[in-house]
Amino acid sequence: MSLSYPVASDHQLARLLQIGMVLEEVVEARAYKHAESLAPADRDVELEALLEDAAEESADHRAELEALVDELEGDPVAYEEIEELVAARYEADTDTDGVLYDQLANEETAYKFYDDLIEAIEGSDVRFSIDRDRLLTTLRDVREDEAEGVEDVTRLMEARE
Amino acid sequence: MNTQNQYLKAIYLVQQQADGPASTGKVAEALDVSPASANEMIGKLEEAGLADHEKYTGVDLTDEGIHRAREALRTYCIIERFLVEVLEVEEFRAEARQLESVIDETVADRLDTIIDRDPACPDCFDAEADVCGHLVDDLDIDLELESEAAD
Repeated sequence: MSLSYPVASDHQLARLLQIGMVLEEVVEARAYKHAESLAPADRDVELEALLEDAAEESADHRAELEALVDELEGDPVAYEEIEELVAARYEADTDTDGVLYDQLANEETAYKFYDDLIEAIEGSDVRFSIDRDRLLTTLRDVREDEAEGVEDVTRLMEARE
Repeated sequence: MNTQNQYLKAIYLVQQQADGPASTGKVAEALDVSPASANEMIGKLEEAGLADHEKYTGVDLTDEGIHRAREALRTYCIIERFLVEVLEVEEFRAEARQLESVIDETVADRLDTIIDRDPACPDCFDAEADVCGHLVDDLDIDLELESEAAD
């Protein structure tokens, strides 16, 4: 055990980006699962659009992270594997409130992860084999998307109160 | 997990091994920091009501400190198990130690939704080996052999 000071190497960075990929894959798989399991009475255009956007956005983020992982010579995390784990262990909410709270938690968790990761990279003086500015720009853009995602879900929740 | 929580987890584990208060030296050793740094943080934990410190006996976590330490330990168990089950990392203990300060409790809770973790966690944690006891069984890790290698 020791106090750790990441991110100290390409390997650690790749591992953290892989974790980001998994988080995105969980969001994507859950969004599809929610869309399928929503009770007919709870279906509406806005909610279905929100779930579709969340899944598409996560797929885009995943692709961006995968490109970085690839450059760092790390292995990608296959979406199908995570989708299977989500299917096996996650009982999807079927009512609107449950779905919205889960989406909010997804966006907030992702935001927190990228925020901590950016801070850890900014606090590290290690020279990575990928361009530092491009890495940070990508992660900040993704974090911005997550912040907007939190706002979108919150707005929809408030509109339904 | 922030630095404060990493200290709470370390004190909790040292106390478990000592079956009593944790000496500052042992805490510093566990975290690979200087005794002065450990003393400084223990002072902060005391001010926050998370620990009691007696000069010659050592540090004792308060009920709130124990609660926070167990949460931190649970987060750590999730990271270890996630690395093993999902990313299939062989050196999962070393990597969990490297990653724990970046992985927050809320993020770990999300990762927890796709792993198979025992409800008894974190009571399953083997303080001496710094690993979830169930993982030792699942992966058939030979702790005696490791201990001999370390000596």
